[in-house]
Amino acid sequence: MSTPATPTLTDLEHTAQPAGQGVPAPLPVAPPAPESGWPGRQHVLDLDDFSAAEIEYVLATADAMKEVLRRPIKHAPALRGVTVVTLFYEVSTRTRVSFELAAKHLGADVVNITATASSVMKGESLLDTAHTLRALGADILVMRHSEAGAPYLVAEHVACRVINAGDGWHAHPTQALLDLYTVRERLGRIAGLRVVIVGDILHSRVARSAIWGFLRLGAAVTLCGPPTLLPAGALPWPVEVSYDLDRALAGADVVMALRLQRERQRAGLLPSLAEYVRRYGLTRERLARACPDALVMHPGPMNEGVEIMPEVAYGAQSVIADQVTNGVAVRMALLYLLGRHAA
Amino acid sequence: MRPVRIVGGRVLDPATGLDAVADVRVRGGRVAAIAPALEPLADEEVLDARGCIVAPGFVDLHCHLGDGEEGDGETLASLAAAAAAGGFTTVCCLGGVAPGLDRGAVLALRVRAADLPVRLLPIGRLTRGGDGAELAELGELAEAGVVAFADARPLRSSRLLRHALAYSTMLGRPVVDHAVDPELAEGGLAHEGAVATHLGLPGIPAAAEEIGVGRAIALARLTGGRLHLAHLSAAEAVELVRAARAAGVRVTAEVAAHHLLLTEEVVARGPGGHPYDPSTKLDPPLRTAADAAALRAALAEGVIDAVVSDHRPQRPAAKACEYAYAAPGASALETTLAVLMELVATGALSLTAAVRALTSGPASVFGLPAGRLAVGELADLVIFDPDARWTVDPSRFRSRAQSTPLAGRTLHGRVLATLVGGAIVHREGI
Repeated sequence: MSTPATPTLTDLEHTAQPAGQGVPAPLPVAPPAPESGWPGRQHVLDLDDFSAAEIEYVLATADAMKEVLRRPIKHAPALRGVTVVTLFYEVSTRTRVSFELAAKHLGADVVNITATASSVMKGESLLDTAHTLRALGADILVMRHSEAGAPYLVAEHVACRVINAGDGWHAHPTQALLDLYTVRERLGRIAGLRVVIVGDILHSRVARSAIWGFLRLGAAVTLCGPPTLLPAGALPWPVEVSYDLDRALAGADVVMALRLQRERQRAGLLPSLAEYVRRYGLTRERLARACPDALVMHPGPMNEGVEIMPEVAYGAQSVIADQVTNGVAVRMALLYLLGRHAA
Repeated sequence: MRPVRIVGGRVLDPATGLDAVADVRVRGGRVAAIAPALEPLADEEVLDARGCIVAPGFVDLHCHLGDGEEGDGETLASLAAAAAAGGFTTVCCLGGVAPGLDRGAVLALRVRAADLPVRLLPIGRLTRGGDGAELAELGELAEAGVVAFADARPLRSSRLLRHALAYSTMLGRPVVDHAVDPELAEGGLAHEGAVATHLGLPGIPAAAEEIGVGRAIALARLTGGRLHLAHLSAAEAVELVRAARAAGVRVTAEVAAHHLLLTEEVVARGPGGHPYDPSTKLDPPLRTAADAAALRAALAEGVIDAVVSDHRPQRPAAKACEYAYAAPGASALETTLAVLMELVATGALSLTAAVRALTSGPASVFGLPAGRLAVGELADLVIFDPDARWTVDPSRFRSRAQSTPLAGRTLHGRVLATLVGGAIVHREGI
């Protein structure tokens, strides 16, 4: 595929024109982009293969999308005629709805499929399903799957664009991009920040993608949690590791708490929930050790009173609601960048 | 059967120390003469082996049958043809599915193997139904002709492994242990390390194998039983074997060719350059460069006795799916020699050590009358060009299983001819 042209205002206006009366205004701002901003990318599978310039390009495009979201009629039909299918093999509300709204705001046709374990048992393989969806006209497949790497299988074998909406413990790139967007929006930069990710790193796709994203844009990352919830052995990232949250928080600009699954205790990884809360729960007292304007983040859904206390989750430093809102803008940006030439 | 004269090859037999350029005459199924410049005979087949190695036919201690022959499954015929193309003349077979070979399956395999171009020898199952709860009728299996006992799954019970090792001492057949701690390995998809962490794949720590090997060695010492360790993959396990052998424990060990050359990096970048390629899913998993180096050193040293194919044919559908759901194993009979010759070409292994690991090494582990090249012996021979470079193209395999982590790789070493009992069962480019 040739390198797509940098989107311009004219581009977007043109796409937005056709349908006659009542057509909402196009995007008010064209995303500024460096030449190398989006080098022919067809899929968004993880952030490990994103350059800093590509990430910046997505964030700049998301700025334009956020303008659309501020309008009374949140509609910029740049993807009219493009079919987006969300294919979820795992239960999800917020991510699926976020993608669906993002696609609809851009005028795409959206179909949501929740594939249950039973359809797998019936012998319809992931590739069968994906090929069928492609044959039915899917241009962009948004995939959530319980097993790491599943979106790579589809991206390699099926001729449509793939966005990974979470695969096993592996990656959740759109979550990481919305985290970066939110931090940059609040603090004005990513480079030089100290980011602490606390909790169940081992099983977290949110953490893995966030690590790549923050590192690529020049932040320093500390992973914090009990040894049983951190990956064993050598790590693939240049990060700090700490078992002591109080110490890790000193001087932090961003604190991201991860959801703790209760089955970790049954699996013998934790002695008790109470002990976890005592050591790793994000309380107001603990947060006071971070920088005064440090941001508190959480990918949701939260276990209030476990990894994060309500007064912190809903406190002045929390940007958790912004994360959700920005998620729509970031997903609009990705759908737009992948889909503008797809129809 | 016409006599065969193999002309001008470097005749190499680590078992006898033979290493000389000579002609080899095969007549009546046996090696009739080894000497420079043998006289031509009327109506003989001539194989020009100049620049090539003439060695005893290869012996594979670890080859899985397919899960059945229907549809696109591996057949005994395709497996045997693949073995011949890979230079193997004797192949010891495990059942393709969990229960393993019972007495009926052993006898059926022996009947069908009689018509196949290579010698397929059965490995009987160790526990009844392969379920790891009670011993199979080991005596009966031995009488039916099995060369060793093994289950397709790791054995959970230490008590049962103890009894198996003790009981089999009177049968003169080794117990093959797939040595791994099943609980530590459970759910694992890749070597526990930086690559698995990057890819979000549940890990199998090297310690799982270390514990399994340590347990098996302790029980071999306790019982005096004959223990053979299947496909080692971890440096820590190699150390335990080295120490046990030094202490006189009756233990032998094998390594699958893949683990000598490939590492966990292949999981991050499969044959097509993409991560999560199911062809890279092996059991045990590919580990680190340090592990591969330790395995090569142990092989050169003789701490590991044999290189095996660990051929494990899977249907295409079993590999065209999510990494977690893909069946482990690769089609390996046709690449095993080339992996070793690649190591020889890069100086990581001597040619003699490589040939020993495919001939007299494995033959002595199971006490097989194979792996020797001498006048009067059965003419099970292989002729190969150690320097020929070729690119692995699974669509050209004789095996019906075409999943391999080596696809697209250029390797050294190509089998040109294979003889079993004096008959040419494979010939290509000679």
